[in-house]
Amino acid sequence: MTAFRVPGRGRVLHNRPVSFTFDGDTYQGLEGDTVASALIANGVHLMGRSFKYHRPRGPIAAGSEEPNALIGTRRGKGQFEPNTRATVQEIWNGLETSSQNKYPNLKFDIGAINDRLYMLFSAGFYYKTFMWPRSFWDKVYEPFIRAAAGLGVSPTEPDPDNYASRYLHTDILVVGAGPAGLAAARAAAESGLRVTLVDENAEPGGTILSEPQAKIDGKPAWDWLEAELDALTDLGVRIMTRTTAIGYYHQNMIGLCQKLTDHLEKPAASTPRERMWRVRAKQVILAQGALEKPLVFDGNDRPGVMLAGSAQTYLNRYGVRVGNNAVVVTSHDSAWYAAFDLASAGTKIGAIVDTRPTPNADLVKEAAARGITVFAGYTATGTSGRLRIKSVRINKVENGTVLAAQTLACDSLLVCGGWTPSLHLFSHTKGTLKWDDQSQTFLPDRITEDCQIAGAGRGLWGIEAALNDGAAMGTAAAKALGKTATVKTLSVADDRPGTGASHTELPTDLDAGKARAFVDYQNDVTAKDLRLAVREGMRSIEHVKRYTTNGMATDQGKMSNINGLNIAADALGKKQPEVGLTTFRPPYTPTTFGAFVGYHKGDHFEVTRKTPIDSWAEENGAVFEPVSLWRRAWYFPKDGEDMDAAVRRECRETRKSLGMFDASTLGKIEVVGPDAVEFMNRMYTNPWTKLAPGRTRYGLLLGDDGYIRDDGVIGRLTDDRFHITTTTGGAARVLNMMEDYLQTEWPDLKVWLTSTTEQWATIALNGPNARNLLAPFVEGLDISDEAFPHMSIAECTVAGFPARLFRVSFTGELGFEVNVPARHGRALWETLFAAGQKYDICPYGTETMHVLRAEKGFIIVGQDTDGTVTPYDAGAGWAVGKNKPDFVGMRALNRPDLTAEGRKQLVGLLTDDGTSKLEEGAQIVLDPNQPIPMKMVGHVTSSYHSDAAGRPIALALIEGGHGKTGETVYIPMPDRTIRATITGTVFYDPENARLKL
Amino acid sequence: MLLIHCPYCDETLPELEFTYGGEAHIARPENPADKTDDEWRDFLFIRTNVKGPHFERWRHAHGCGRFFNAVRDTVSDRFLTTYKAGEPRPDLAVLLEDAAKKEPSK
Repeated sequence: MTAFRVPGRGRVLHNRPVSFTFDGDTYQGLEGDTVASALIANGVHLMGRSFKYHRPRGPIAAGSEEPNALIGTRRGKGQFEPNTRATVQEIWNGLETSSQNKYPNLKFDIGAINDRLYMLFSAGFYYKTFMWPRSFWDKVYEPFIRAAAGLGVSPTEPDPDNYASRYLHTDILVVGAGPAGLAAARAAAESGLRVTLVDENAEPGGTILSEPQAKIDGKPAWDWLEAELDALTDLGVRIMTRTTAIGYYHQNMIGLCQKLTDHLEKPAASTPRERMWRVRAKQVILAQGALEKPLVFDGNDRPGVMLAGSAQTYLNRYGVRVGNNAVVVTSHDSAWYAAFDLASAGTKIGAIVDTRPTPNADLVKEAAARGITVFAGYTATGTSGRLRIKSVRINKVENGTVLAAQTLACDSLLVCGGWTPSLHLFSHTKGTLKWDDQSQTFLPDRITEDCQIAGAGRGLWGIEAALNDGAAMGTAAAKALGKTATVKTLSVADDRPGTGASHTELPTDLDAGKARAFVDYQNDVTAKDLRLAVREGMRSIEHVKRYTTNGMATDQGKMSNINGLNIAADALGKKQPEVGLTTFRPPYTPTTFGAFVGYHKGDHFEVTRKTPIDSWAEENGAVFEPVSLWRRAWYFPKDGEDMDAAVRRECRETRKSLGMFDASTLGKIEVVGPDAVEFMNRMYTNPWTKLAPGRTRYGLLLGDDGYIRDDGVIGRLTDDRFHITTTTGGAARVLNMMEDYLQTEWPDLKVWLTSTTEQWATIALNGPNARNLLAPFVEGLDISDEAFPHMSIAECTVAGFPARLFRVSFTGELGFEVNVPARHGRALWETLFAAGQKYDICPYGTETMHVLRAEKGFIIVGQDTDGTVTPYDAGAGWAVGKNKPDFVGMRALNRPDLTAEGRKQLVGLLTDDGTSKLEEGAQIVLDPNQPIPMKMVGHVTSSYHSDAAGRPIALALIEGGHGKTGETVYIPMPDRTIRATITGTVFYDPENARLKL
Repeated sequence: MLLIHCPYCDETLPELEFTYGGEAHIARPENPADKTDDEWRDFLFIRTNVKGPHFERWRHAHGCGRFFNAVRDTVSDRFLTTYKAGEPRPDLAVLLEDAAKKEPSK
């Protein structure tokens, strides 16, 4: 039995001990404990250090809103998570936990020097301290900030856990399984609707778990809860615990993160760690309750200072007393009950200090009956104790004057500044809030989604009020879905409704400028910082937030927003609604990347498209590269070859005799219909009317802005059928663009578009022996130069497979592209490869394809063009049908800026030394001696070593390049400046003699 | 995630099935050659960029593949209606009135 455990008390299992470690020491807890409750049961409150001042901190809360007690949790290799809230993490045998933000250890931390230097670290200190001298930024300030930044330590190993994802459709989703949520679920379920009830805690019940004294419907609260949960289960309600509604999105979609294994000692290997649910609900009921506010006074952050409601939760839910000698400082009735419960359990209550001059008379009477001293109309002005609170300083306040102080010894201080409705999810929907003067808080106003808010979320206090409001809202939701339902009311005995007062910082007799009165605990934002921000000119609450970092901690302002607003409003001399609230955004609590990623990791991160010939390439030692979603054979190294050597050999052998290339990834679109030729005329720059069936043409596709979008060789099979090829990466984009024009601009055209990319396997044969290899396999077609000249297309049979045969060349050599149904791709490839041995056939990859095409000056759209290049810029003006009435992009080509002088134009570049290969992307200047920053006139788009040219070659976009042939340009690199001469873009066989074999 | 009604499929389906297609009711001129440089610039680049109800194009890309038009409030992201390509602009006043009636309120 640990020192602060109350035998028989709470929901924990007293006969099921659990041992775990914290900072290397072993502690005993009970099944059902969180790390925080188990450590407090051992008398440990010091669990962490704050971010800026490294002040010792203990848990201030008992739930997910905890800002202080952040720990690292570890299960094994790779299974480490920083910044876990100790108040949420359940313990299991063998759990390893550690504190953060300390060196060398939690009790003695060198970083705590910041706390002594706090005057230097006021609001906006980043902006002030790191301004000058300018030269300090790189060497001093940035390294300092980077070293200090971040909370916790990132895991360094891959996460071995799995994360899942599911969709859920439900009639009604109830968020929060406290009294309001339970009653709403019951009412809705009884009307026959499918209901889902979620709660972030390990078990449903909410406040009821912390208030066993209540009698609901004549039954003890926990008995009623058990029966109610059974009833809900019988009604088919899906109850999900450890499940946080992290975000409320459009049209009632709610994201849920369900933690499945973090509480288990031995999770099954098949169980995902977390599951992300995307829920679509017809009606949502938000029953998230309210969060307790701390009071703001000097020293309100020492270990042992805790929200009174949380102390009550530790006692009643976990059977743990937070201390032996507690003092309560409150402005709300609710803390009195916490004091009474703790007194009954054996903790000495030194005093109840209420800021209100005349607290509730019944409570005062009860305190007197228990012999508890009451100080009414008092303020708290300080605390003492380094690693744990030792005393609190209080003063009587009379007519606004703070009188003499007295000191009360204590080992824990329970504070309560009232309650704030938890409206985070409601705010995600852009529902508006309205300031309620009476309760001094924001309440929901205009609702934008099909949603109801029940219970404490709309300012109703006490279990009875929450239950009956929940039932009313559950009924309302059912009625909204066309069900009949009547509200059933329940009565609750020993309920604890209450009222309270709201404060900014508590008044003090000491120098307020020296008070360490914390508003945002984790980020160490004090009341003084907020007032300073206002004095320095911040007017909007959003600016105050960013200047001070108030509300930017991992609790996202759950603990600090309202206190921060009250203080900022006071400093501005405005009412709270005039100052406004910062925006709440998802997720409600910190959520792992794993939960968002779900299944989309590793091989499942994105699709890898493979051609029918990919397996052959893999078996034959290809090195692959990704091209859009495809993986393509990049080059085929032979023993010992590096990439450079392999590519040179592939180029050489292809030009000498024969190369074969898997071109299956080329986009293919079939354009069919009586108006096919008209459609082609309108889409492409080229004229198509006179292209005879059986012939092909290079097609250039522009956007209506006149810039090149895509290109490819297009064959006309019959009068009404075209076989378009597109770039590998552009296939889907081109089809979308064509569909857009066809559907929305020219719906009168009778044309059908079909993507056929994956229907065909495409094998390109290039080289002087291409026909010699192919001809014996072709049936039904004469492929001699006379019968089947360059730029022909025909249907025939190749090696017994039905084929569409193109005579086309992307290399400058005699070339054919054989398309066969995809399923025959590999068989044809192997047939041709085997037969090609007598011609020393060379399989080549995309790199060789790039070199061969660059030697001929053929562009790659997207590499040699960048979305601002016209056909004229690219030297492809010959492909523009100037006599056509219109095509997409035609009008734009006459716009003044597209015909202006000095546009970047595609040229060739040869380095003057004949050996330097330029870097793709390198910038080009005309005068290397000009001052920096130099005027850059263009950049290198393609660059390769070319055996055919006997030197490196490059393509570049250069301002006015077409008029600069023969001129010298310079390419400055980090180590030297390279001279080059502007040339034409064709480096090999400019007469195209090799095509005509 | 938005739910979008495809007027061709007559089904309300998740946003994932759709792609956005820019502002609606900008017809490509019949005879582009007749247009001045300024008119062609306006056709290419000038958009209303409204805060509020916006006439825009969507495509049921992973469904029927059809382009259609929609009116969406760019502040709330709420769709006021969707309709087939080629149909006239719906009356905004009527749409807003209908939307106000449907809005949940307290």
